Amino acid sequence: MSYHINHLKELESESIFILREVAAKFENPVLMFSGGKDSILMVHLAYKAFYPAKIPFPLLHVDTGHNFPETIKYRDDLVEKLGLKLIVGSVEEGIKNGLVTEEKGFNAMRNGLQTAILLDELEKGKFDAALGGARRDEEKARAKERFFSHRDEFGQWDPKNQRPELWNLFNNKHQFGEHFRVFPISNWTELDVWQYLAVEQVELPSLYFSHKRKVFKRDGTLLADCEYINKRPEEEVFEEVVRCRTIGDMTCTGVWKSDAATIEDIIKEVSTTRMTERGGRTDDKRSETSMEDRKKHGYF
Amino acid sequence: MEYKSSELLRFTTAGSVDDGKSTLIGRLLYDSKSIYQDQYDAIKTASEKRGEENVNLALLTDGLKSEREQGITIDVAYRYFSTPKRKFIIADTPGHIQYTRNMVTGASTANVALIIVDARNGVVEQTKRHAIIASLLQIPHLVVCINKMDLVDYSQEIYDQVHDDFESFAAKLDINDVTFIPISALVGDNVVNRSKKTTWYEGPTLIYYLENVHISSDHNFIDVRFPVQSVIRPYNDDFHDYRGYAGRVAGGVLKKGDEVMLLPSGFTSKISKIQGPDGEQEEAFPPQSVTILIEDDIDISRGDMIVRPNNSATVAQDIDLMICWFSSDKSLQLRGKYAVLHTTQEVRCIVKEIKYRLDINTLHRDMENKEINMNEIARITIRTTKPLFVDAYRKNRITGSVIIIDEATNNTVAAGMII
Ligand SMILES: Nc1nc2c(ncn2[C@@H]2O[C@H](COP(=O)(O)OP(=O)(O)OP(=O)(O)O)[C@@H](O)[C@H]2O)c(=O)[nH]1
Ligand SMILES: [Mg+2]
Repeated sequence: MSYHINHLKELESESIFILREVAAKFENPVLMFSGGKDSILMVHLAYKAFYPAKIPFPLLHVDTGHNFPETIKYRDDLVEKLGLKLIVGSVEEGIKNGLVTEEKGFNAMRNGLQTAILLDELEKGKFDAALGGARRDEEKARAKERFFSHRDEFGQWDPKNQRPELWNLFNNKHQFGEHFRVFPISNWTELDVWQYLAVEQVELPSLYFSHKRKVFKRDGTLLADCEYINKRPEEEVFEEVVRCRTIGDMTCTGVWKSDAATIEDIIKEVSTTRMTERGGRTDDKRSETSMEDRKKHGYF
Repeated sequence: MEYKSSELLRFTTAGSVDDGKSTLIGRLLYDSKSIYQDQYDAIKTASEKRGEENVNLALLTDGLKSEREQGITIDVAYRYFSTPKRKFIIADTPGHIQYTRNMVTGASTANVALIIVDARNGVVEQTKRHAIIASLLQIPHLVVCINKMDLVDYSQEIYDQVHDDFESFAAKLDINDVTFIPISALVGDNVVNRSKKTTWYEGPTLIYYLENVHISSDHNFIDVRFPVQSVIRPYNDDFHDYRGYAGRVAGGVLKKGDEVMLLPSGFTSKISKIQGPDGEQEEAFPPQSVTILIEDDIDISRGDMIVRPNNSATVAQDIDLMICWFSSDKSLQLRGKYAVLHTTQEVRCIVKEIKYRLDINTLHRDMENKEINMNEIARITIRTTKPLFVDAYRKNRITGSVIIIDEATNNTVAAGMII
């Protein structure tokens, strides 16, 4: 028998299945959209899952106010093209009205503040499922995630006590006030994502491709020079040809020296690199279990 | 743009606590050069901090704080790597009995299970429990990795002993393909590189086995089964009367023009169109997610199933199951009521009968002591509030499996395989 599909098609099918389960089983799901390639992949898969109907849930973007302008533009264009509803949770607003307090000092970032804003938005919107584009190959705590991941009424993850998850049978039962995080692309690797985006010819933000940018070096990582980062006097700004491997807040997303100008170049680069994509994320480097700690409190 | 079509193999680790599962996965990733520099640096630093002499490769999968504190695996870690031959999804599962439910989680979707045995201790109760679970889950291939050979002087005699013990136990189980490999996960013998110290062993290395084992697909391509996930209705002018049934093919091959039957109604119709992720397609088979359109206007909703008129799933309310019980706070209650998930259906059930409890060590069917506590395996009959459309698990893993949920706590308390 020659019925066989390749691994990208198998992953696509798995993700579509999960997106459809979420739409069918939850009352009020939302898709967390960061503007990075994984979120873009999620929207692309959701489009396919429900075609020719519209994607049956809104996008939620937690905007730190420190995003690359390219990200915001891409997001707005996408929402417009697909006729989706966009909800923006603003860290800037959160700081103004006292929901969160800005970090101080040289390594100040708003990454941690996102959690409080996210949980606030989930509560306000009465969302019972938040779809995320996290992948298990990204990080060691994420490697432990279920597809359907239960969160208590405080939005917390209890990694020591996760529900069993068997076959394709997803238990989404929860008490009022609790919610689920659902990760349809859990099983994709970084390389799978790029290969798939290439095959599908998905348009991507220019940040992912090599470009000239003013940067400076901190703890071995190149960071984009911008008004949101306090530089030390000895941190010198210079121009470099770089690209982003992940896109997050400008204050914690490292950029990489790279000549990869096309998606094919990126695939070549990703398949030979010796560093993980989050290797440049200063938010992950704060401690050995920094991701786990943040996830426990409700981070993406 | 096209990529070389790569086959996906999912495998899981199993075996008793501390027998070396996580170390083996770390070794496999390290020796196949699938570890990134920053990951390696991170576990090196962590090992040094812990005062360990060598880089502890188990830390690649044991990523949680409490796992590192206790030096055991608590929950499944998923890892990914590929060789020019295949792509692999690894589930590294815990050996500790308390976390058996997480082992089942990792094993439920595997094509191959690696059962790791510490050569010094041989086959112990937890090895047997995991072997039984692997056989109940119908994992098609088992590899018994007899580990820590470095601690027994690479003794063929000890290897043979463990080999024979396992084989005689497995003979009583429903397992058809078992391979044995002597390894040292710590040093790396016969994992990726062939060992010079086991000259008496002529079989494959682990990586060779994983790259070459014939996975004559796990899917059933004969019996058409299409559980409906949802109805797609666009409500716009371009697709005014569009009504598609979204789902993932669970069995068989559906073709445009085929006559189909709908469960539970029994009505028949023809497939008019199959919408796939890339547009219209002529046929659909497992594990594709598609949307099916049919010629007649029939009321169909989530939980219904599309089959062929001459080859239906069994429509049943009394269902025989082998179960693995997970709940630590409550035993299985005879006449107890639970929620049941099966394909895209959710129903309630009552436990009508507990037929027997399986004794893990002897495989004896105990009909006297039928108290089913955490990690026990039993045969039971349930009666559901509504009919389910089922097949035996051995015929179809998707239409043959259920999970049981305690409605008071919302916890998944059992995995069930339909007999
Ligand atoms: N000498 C020797 N020690 C080993 C070998 N494999 C594993 N170990 C050691 O055995 C201990 C347990 O190893 P792990 O890999 O954590 O065991 P595990 O099976 O994953 O344990 P759980 O996941 O908790 O069930 C560690 O101290 C390892 O260094 C081996 O081949 N030889
Ligand atoms: Mg382990």
